[in-house]
Amino acid sequence: MILVGISVFVFGLLHAVYPSPARVVLGPRASLAAIAAWNAAHGFSGTVFTQYWHYMDGVLHGNLGYSFKLNQSVAALFGERWARSAYLSGTSLLLSLLIAIPLGIYQAVKRNSLGDNVATSVAFTAYAMPDFLLYLIAIQVFALTLKIFGFEASQSTSLLAIIADWRDMTLPILCETLLILAGYSRYMRSAAMDTLAQDYIKAARAKGLPERLVLYRHLLRNACLPMITLVGLSIPALLAGNLIAENVFNYNGLGLLFFNSLQNEDYPVLLAYTLVGAVLTVLGNLLADVALTVADPRIRLT
Amino acid sequence: MTDAIGSLPPLDITRAPEGGEIGPVQAGWRLALREFSSNRLAVIGLAVLAFFVLFCFCGPLVYHANLVTANLNATNAPPGAGHPLGTDNEGIDVLGEIMKGGQASLEIGFLSAILAIVLGALWGAISGLAGGFLDSVMMRVVDVLLSIPFLFVVLIVAVRFGATVLSLSVIIGAFTWLVPARLVRGEVLTLKVRDFVSAARTAGSGHWRLINRHLLPNALSVIIVNVTFNVADAILAVSYLGFLGFGLHFPSYDWGDMVSDGTTYMLDGYWWLIYPVGFCIVATVMACNLIGDALRDALDVRLRRR
Repeated sequence: MILVGISVFVFGLLHAVYPSPARVVLGPRASLAAIAAWNAAHGFSGTVFTQYWHYMDGVLHGNLGYSFKLNQSVAALFGERWARSAYLSGTSLLLSLLIAIPLGIYQAVKRNSLGDNVATSVAFTAYAMPDFLLYLIAIQVFALTLKIFGFEASQSTSLLAIIADWRDMTLPILCETLLILAGYSRYMRSAAMDTLAQDYIKAARAKGLPERLVLYRHLLRNACLPMITLVGLSIPALLAGNLIAENVFNYNGLGLLFFNSLQNEDYPVLLAYTLVGAVLTVLGNLLADVALTVADPRIRLT
Repeated sequence: MTDAIGSLPPLDITRAPEGGEIGPVQAGWRLALREFSSNRLAVIGLAVLAFFVLFCFCGPLVYHANLVTANLNATNAPPGAGHPLGTDNEGIDVLGEIMKGGQASLEIGFLSAILAIVLGALWGAISGLAGGFLDSVMMRVVDVLLSIPFLFVVLIVAVRFGATVLSLSVIIGAFTWLVPARLVRGEVLTLKVRDFVSAARTAGSGHWRLINRHLLPNALSVIIVNVTFNVADAILAVSYLGFLGFGLHFPSYDWGDMVSDGTTYMLDGYWWLIYPVGFCIVATVMACNLIGDALRDALDVRLRRR
């Protein structure tokens, strides 16, 4: 139901903003008759509703539209680039999860210690920082001044070559990890602190369980539950690509495709992109809800 | 905060049967204000934000810089005599640019937050009060719009409708009213069943009077916290738009746009084109976040003590 609503809204919005690519393709001097003919030939004539119907029909059969600027089907464009974006975003997500969970537990256990305060301040600063500033600072310090890493992400078209190119890919992945971590660690910290205050932790300690087991067997598993929701909400970012990171590091993923299409006014790509992003958001939410029900037997889907 | 309890004079109970002395109880916004001012970070945040507002709006009255004429004799000059933060690639003073850009950023931030809150609060209040079918339809609309990735849709609309302070505020506000709508609806649902609402209804209040005089003032704590975070998010969103090239252009300035221009000269080492502006963005957003966090703690404590 929501998916239908999303598709209607997105299509309507983009149709209002960019009625047809005819002007873009035929140039600013084309006559109105030529534009009308082009529109009729490529399915952009008729009312909004018929166009919407045809478009949705195509989408359900796997045809996401055709980019006239780049002379390729949108699906092919996505297919080229999604693996690269998924690698960048996926690795960052995984790394930030691996760091956020132990860090949150550490912050909750050693509450208000120096380590806790340092971690909170760093997370808070990274949260308030616009993404591009962090990338620029990282490039300036690590790539230009210290010359450890490359300042541009790997330009290779082969995924294996990108994965192997640690010198170029480390900076984007690390910076994105820090930014995602900034958001995650706040939740993880408060979730861990709430869980630590629970009675069963007290009971486990009273039983004589060694602290390490208390943390691992009881705290870890229960404090992770909000992270499941957060991961579900981050899934759209995985495949929709990180627009700003790819722009700054010149990484040929889905985000850079979106940015180039914006500048070229490549309407079919923009439409397909927003639609895919919205669908992924809904799916991500659904996945998070289902995973939460599986992980936590106390929750029942009403 | 303008609740029935808050309008009574503060109680002064100095004797209690057990438990010892109780000091004067302050209810309502005075308590929230006390909680807020006892939080040092929040006061710092407020001071930083006030500083930036003064710096951006009153600064140009004190520090006169020519922001319109290019001075090709002094392009990309490092910080020095006459130009505390250097000049950009057209010879225009960077400090003056930061002030002017800050005006735009702060204006867009506050304007879009107000827009978002007005639209969101009304939507949420009507939805919560109405209940039933209208409520679920309105919330479905909110869910649909929330699912669309914010940055993408804002970019698409911004590209088309050009960039002025007003248009950017409207565009950003048009996609950030969704979260306040949800929050206000939640508050209204809990407030709806309270006695004072039934009393007001019995006294003959119409729907609008209920919303304006009773429901929204009591949901004010949630609304105010949300406004602060909306301002921070809007300033960040404007900087993203500016960085990607879709923000304000000459003769007005935009912090994100300035960073993007400065990036061209990173290899030349012209740090004054990037880092001062970046610092201003971070400081402003952090100040808003600090204030928002502290407000949330202050107002929640009040609710807990009641």
